[in-house]
Amino acid sequence: MLKLKVNDKDIEIDEGLTVLQACEKAGVEIPRFCYHEKLSIAGNCRMCLVEMEKSPKPIASCAMPATEGMNIKTNTPLVEKARKGVMEFLLANHPLDCPVCDQGGECDLQDQSMYYGIDKSRFKENKRDVPEKYMGPLIKTQMTRCIHCTRCIRFATEVAGVPELGAIGRGENMQITTYLEKSMESELSANVIDLCPVGALTSKPYVFEARPWELKKTETIDVMDSVGSNIRVDTYGWEVKRIMPRINEEINEEWISDKTRYACDGLKSQRLDNPYKKVGGEFKKISWKEAYETVVEKIKLTSADKIAGFTGDLTNLETMYVAKDFFENTIKSKNLESRDDNAYVNLDSRTNYIFNSQISGIEESDLILLVGANPRLEATILNARIRKSYLTNKPNIYSLGDIGDQTYPYEVLDNKTSTIKNICENKSEVSEKIKNSKKPVIIIGNSVLNMKSGKFIFESFKKYLIDNNKINEDWNSLNILSKHAATVGGFDLDIVSAENNLTLETLKKNNFEIVFLIGQDNINFKKKNEFIIYIGSHGDKGAELSDIVLPGAAYTEQDAHFVNLEGKIQKAYQASFPPGEAKEDYQIFNELSELLKRKKLFRDKEELTDNLLNYLDIKKKKETLNDCMIPDFIEEKIIIDEIDYYYSNVVARASKTMSECRNSKINVKRTGTEG
Amino acid sequence: MSLKKISKNQPDTFEFNKQNIELANKMISNYPEGKQQSAVMSLLYIAQRQNNNWIPLASMKYIAKFLSMPYIKVYEVATFYSMYNLSPVGEFFYQVCTTTPCMLRGAYKLVDVCKKKISEDENEVSKDGKVSWMEVECLGACINAPMVQINDNYYEDLDANKLEKIIDQTIRGETPKSGSYRGRINSEPENNRKTLMDIKNA
Repeated sequence: MLKLKVNDKDIEIDEGLTVLQACEKAGVEIPRFCYHEKLSIAGNCRMCLVEMEKSPKPIASCAMPATEGMNIKTNTPLVEKARKGVMEFLLANHPLDCPVCDQGGECDLQDQSMYYGIDKSRFKENKRDVPEKYMGPLIKTQMTRCIHCTRCIRFATEVAGVPELGAIGRGENMQITTYLEKSMESELSANVIDLCPVGALTSKPYVFEARPWELKKTETIDVMDSVGSNIRVDTYGWEVKRIMPRINEEINEEWISDKTRYACDGLKSQRLDNPYKKVGGEFKKISWKEAYETVVEKIKLTSADKIAGFTGDLTNLETMYVAKDFFENTIKSKNLESRDDNAYVNLDSRTNYIFNSQISGIEESDLILLVGANPRLEATILNARIRKSYLTNKPNIYSLGDIGDQTYPYEVLDNKTSTIKNICENKSEVSEKIKNSKKPVIIIGNSVLNMKSGKFIFESFKKYLIDNNKINEDWNSLNILSKHAATVGGFDLDIVSAENNLTLETLKKNNFEIVFLIGQDNINFKKKNEFIIYIGSHGDKGAELSDIVLPGAAYTEQDAHFVNLEGKIQKAYQASFPPGEAKEDYQIFNELSELLKRKKLFRDKEELTDNLLNYLDIKKKKETLNDCMIPDFIEEKIIIDEIDYYYSNVVARASKTMSECRNSKINVKRTGTEG
Repeated sequence: MSLKKISKNQPDTFEFNKQNIELANKMISNYPEGKQQSAVMSLLYIAQRQNNNWIPLASMKYIAKFLSMPYIKVYEVATFYSMYNLSPVGEFFYQVCTTTPCMLRGAYKLVDVCKKKISEDENEVSKDGKVSWMEVECLGACINAPMVQINDNYYEDLDANKLEKIIDQTIRGETPKSGSYRGRINSEPENNRKTLMDIKNA
């Protein structure tokens, strides 16, 4: 511990902190532009100057390590003058276009010049002019506004792992650009918009849409991948204008992926706003009453075992629970399934299907083994954590098969199931490494569990890790990279029909008569005579197949819970309303049940949520860790399912921005200029 | 000085010749293993020497691969330093010093001569492609001001007439004699003054 004085107040801080951090600890705010907690220190904006006793000049507090006995002053005339001077230099070349700048109202430069600057300019010369740079379909640039803090460059090189941004030229002619102005090849690229303290890098899809003070801000949870990033949804009226990250050190730190941020314009198009009925191949608008009557009539005429249901990739816990209740108690069918493939899952214990090491645990690990997973596309934020671990810990990283650029180097192992067999039988070099490592992280992707040898791979890894004491009370090294935001929730609610997804098999054999698709658009099957009821928010593959469409709400339009891949239950809040006649998903089942049994399933949403949370609590207590039979070995090649990153769910597929991103990536590949 | 213009006519490929690969590897061996990126400046200079005194984009890509570092980092270095030329220059490349001592001794007269005899704008190669010129900051020969650097040599103690003659010579393809044009040896004092004591108030 170090003792030092800030504005005559004694404070104690840990060693290795900077003067700026010490001042923050003392409750003193220091203005800054280039300094950012998550990035390396640059020290080039000079806004954080403070006075230090015995120093003839003011010091840059962000770059100065705090030492014993320092006496820091931040409220003296010298500091005030220094700040004014720096501010004047920063503003010398900064255009006065705040009224037409998208950053206006949430601009660091604007706020700080109000507090620390002077009210007029003495700069009579011409202002610097910098041409705009192309940085892809998400980032709009206005480089005359740039104050050269280099946050974006540091983010791209350090966090995103794509060293494509740089500063060319020098002095007054310094310019921030990508190499020859091509778009940034990262799924995290749009975070530079939040990092930019001025309006140089702003959001292209959000350009001139709204002012920050007009927007209603709702703190909620993202569903684009299984990570469950914490987000803030900004709405104007019922329209979702933009999505921003919210800080959660355990999950997404300060970052969100581009899909999380920009798929939100998909909430405005392709929406189902009215119940529809297919009459002679064409959809006809009908009333809710008519829709319910048609469904109820059909259900009454069909035997329960011929009715099946599939919950989707974005379905929240409430909807799944009410659907489960509806299937078990109202129509008494066992055919409800949350998976859209044959992925192996062992429901004996929660630890069998979650990310046990936790996302923040990746930082501590000393060995990472990727088994049939492509974390960069499957869970971008989690991959950023692996990169962070790579930069600080230098863990050994292995992958079964070449999985493309992951922003960190890794050793490629043979992508065959026999490699796994060898590891688990101590015949491989990697097994030795796993044994010697203190906190290994084994990440098993969904593509592997979906293979014939899925059970073999999972169970033999589990047995091997238990035998070598790598699964114990302190550390559980077995991790599953869940496929969707709803995956873990579906398993938590036991919405799994049989081990090898018998329901899906039967569906593909066309043996059902009524099929409920509850936000499920990922199942490929040939429709014959089934009566398909689609409950969901977007007109996509599922709605196209269906005979009746019951419009539901999207993830920003209902209060609901989600379980992320680590097994954390998080609540998403309602930010806007379902469009037109659409209803919240739980209401639809409630009302159907009322018509079928003259009794609602739940009195209101509160009762539903209480029951749901109670169910999860009881489940946690019932956990057992049984030894499972390891099935026979089959020689297979491990191939990761192709991931269409920008088109992975209904919201993203409806989004114009996502298709632009997808097209720009495809174009880059076609011209072959990607280097 | 403004941001350096990058030539629009770029060669498609670039590779070090055999001799320069040897030289580049020698430069890299000056630095500890894993820190080969430190050699980027030497390599850019080697590339500039090999490619008629300018650095094409292809060579930056080549050097980035050679040193396994991101392209943008090489690009940053190349645009930062003024002695890397990013667009073609003449066979005789004039760098006219216009910093204070040279300016006081008439550097702008030399600039006028360059404008008249070579090209109206700096960084523009003369029509026959032989000569080009640019203004630069101090070249460290203040005692022989005003001066001009042509390729690797200094031409000192100039005035408008002397520079005109030099330019004429280079246009003909001859390499003029370097050094002082007022007959001094290096930067020896004029008036035969050898020590501070010799002549008062010289």
